[in-house]
Amino acid sequence: MRTNSTRRLLGAVAMACVMALGATACGSSDPADGGGGPEDVKSALDKGGKVTVWAWEPTLKKVAADFEKKYPKVDIELVNAGTGDKQYTALQNAIAAGSGAPDVAQIEYYALGQFAIGKSVEDLAGYGATAYDKTFTSGPWNAVKYDKSIYALPMDSGPMALFYNKKVFDKHGAKVPTTWDEYVEAARTLHKADPKIFITNDTGDAGATTSLIWQAGGRPYKTDGTDVSIDFGDAGTKTYTNTWQKLLDEDLLAPVTSWSDEWYKGLADGSIATLSIGAWMPANFTSGVASASGDWRVAPLPQWTKGDTAGAENGGSSLAVPKAAENKELAYAFIEYATTGAGASARVAQGSFPATKADLGSKTFLETAFPYFGGQQANKIFADSANNVGAGWSYLPYQVYANSVFNDTVGKAYISSTPLSKGLEDWQRASIKYGTDQGFSVNK
Amino acid sequence: MTLLPTPAKAVSPPRPRARFHVRKQALAGWGFAGPFVAVFALVFLAPIGYALYLSLFRDRLIGGTSFVGLDNYTQALTDARFWEALTRVGLFLAVQVPIMLGIALLVALAIDSGRLYGKGFFRISIFLPYAVPAVVASLMWGFIYGTRFGLVGNINDTFGVSLPDPLSPSLVLASIGNIVTWEFVGYNMLIFYSALKIVPRSLYEAAAIDGAGEWRVVTSVKLPAIRGSLVIATIFSIIGSFQLFNEPSILQKLAPNAITSDFTPNLYTYSLSFSGQQHNYAATVAIVMGVITAIIAYAVQLRGMRKG
Repeated sequence: MRTNSTRRLLGAVAMACVMALGATACGSSDPADGGGGPEDVKSALDKGGKVTVWAWEPTLKKVAADFEKKYPKVDIELVNAGTGDKQYTALQNAIAAGSGAPDVAQIEYYALGQFAIGKSVEDLAGYGATAYDKTFTSGPWNAVKYDKSIYALPMDSGPMALFYNKKVFDKHGAKVPTTWDEYVEAARTLHKADPKIFITNDTGDAGATTSLIWQAGGRPYKTDGTDVSIDFGDAGTKTYTNTWQKLLDEDLLAPVTSWSDEWYKGLADGSIATLSIGAWMPANFTSGVASASGDWRVAPLPQWTKGDTAGAENGGSSLAVPKAAENKELAYAFIEYATTGAGASARVAQGSFPATKADLGSKTFLETAFPYFGGQQANKIFADSANNVGAGWSYLPYQVYANSVFNDTVGKAYISSTPLSKGLEDWQRASIKYGTDQGFSVNK
Repeated sequence: MTLLPTPAKAVSPPRPRARFHVRKQALAGWGFAGPFVAVFALVFLAPIGYALYLSLFRDRLIGGTSFVGLDNYTQALTDARFWEALTRVGLFLAVQVPIMLGIALLVALAIDSGRLYGKGFFRISIFLPYAVPAVVASLMWGFIYGTRFGLVGNINDTFGVSLPDPLSPSLVLASIGNIVTWEFVGYNMLIFYSALKIVPRSLYEAAAIDGAGEWRVVTSVKLPAIRGSLVIATIFSIIGSFQLFNEPSILQKLAPNAITSDFTPNLYTYSLSFSGQQHNYAATVAIVMGVITAIIAYAVQLRGMRKG
């Protein structure tokens, strides 16, 4: 999938570590610096203790309960410290303050590089993570490891699909789009039939934008060591902006921010008709939009070229152990349980999208009927999408920051006459400036 | 710490043979002042000192921490994003503060005039918003401002009108001003009202004997009498405007494109520090902002007091 670029990204990470602190500070596979081996993990489990987990993924609740049942001496405290950026802010804050950091943190793949380069997460290779070389699907696995260092264990993955409200589509006679041109058509049809209905919500979301550019073949970020290049002028990006600009110009996008109360309402009442989002979404539908059960269905992500099958990843997270964690062995034991074997299967059973080969290929998984989606076997669509994710994508080693200024720059396209392409140029400029300030060699 | 010698000197008369005595007394003085000095140094001086210390370094993802002297200050003084944010709160200050203080003053004078029915109820209901935490108030107003599911949306639906979106980029600053005014009119009203309460009644009687009407009493007696409170309230409001953070930070979730990450100087400092991990530069911006606020507040105080 994205082996090369990820290698390069993490190459940058490793190199930065070496430059900044010397190898020992980054890799803890050396038992001398306190990183526990598999035996220590075992004895930590026997001894018991408390593990604080910062995560927003809903299926972890069950896993935490199962884990406590299996190891009665261990107490798992699950804390929702915010979703995505908000949690990273809190996490970076706690790490900088030197106290209050959790033992386990959920970190999305796009953000892991920043934490690894910032020397804030533990290398898990020495704890026994190397044993899982063949366990995970290649995309997520390559996103968490480089060479001998493994910075997290993959928890789920997010091959994209189109979730659509079938009731709304049927009522207004709209056709489920297979290409993005048809998507724009459907947006017009629905909005014309009922001005309250929008094809989707969008107030500028860095993750969604980069994922769609990824699907369109754009590769705006390249990293090689500490050399970074950013180019939002490539053909894939243009393909994306041309289509999305139409949706913006014709006011076909609901000005509702994802994960807000309005958003959940819109998903429930049909005023937001589709979502192009990662395959981890079903669990959120079931828990957050319960009242619309039966209305929604899943379809393959629309294509930029008719007949194509290109996919992209959107989100997807790993579980990492911050360097500031108090009981790293126990923390590792928990993430091992939650991401492999029984814990992973339990989460998949609740609608999480697996990053483990065994679960992804299993017949039970593929043939799972989702009552929420009217009994549809949606995992078949997700699995196809997972197999078609475009290769060679990489994120910036400081993507968290870049995403935090997305709305300052690209956001202008959503509220003024600034074209999307100009917004992306501004974003590129802000990202270059920050990277240069931080010591990277950007676009040189 | 410079405070210390004074009490020691004051309690020990300069007697030539009492050297040992003086030292003992000085020590005793330290004993009394010590706890205060320790707490003062810990909670007031240390954070400022730490911020100053931080502002002299730069921590980078590649290359780690290095001493940069005053580079951060040069950068801050030429940082367009910082100045834009400062101009924005400056505009906010120029428009919102006079409106808020004007309303507060009118209400205080109205209550003080003694011609109001249900004075107590009136006073408490105007003061009540101040008791609502700013975060809750912003969330509440955020719901009111919503054009889809909020009150504005409901009005649009019910009456078939289309009110301008209070969270659009052109109106969002005014909308924040509205929230802040709602929150703080009561607080300022109370400051003015309590100042009015202690104006000696004899002055009003004297004014009445001189044939002054209600309006004349207000301009010639009441307002001069509460000048000190007016200046204090103005200074508080200036500081509050420059420190604007809670309201835009909460509303940012509802209007992520209208409220940028550098909307106000404080919001900018926050995003520098927490999204960008630029703690050193954030400390610098905070110090520059603190100095600017102090200068303006001091200038207002000097001018306000000189008239008196």
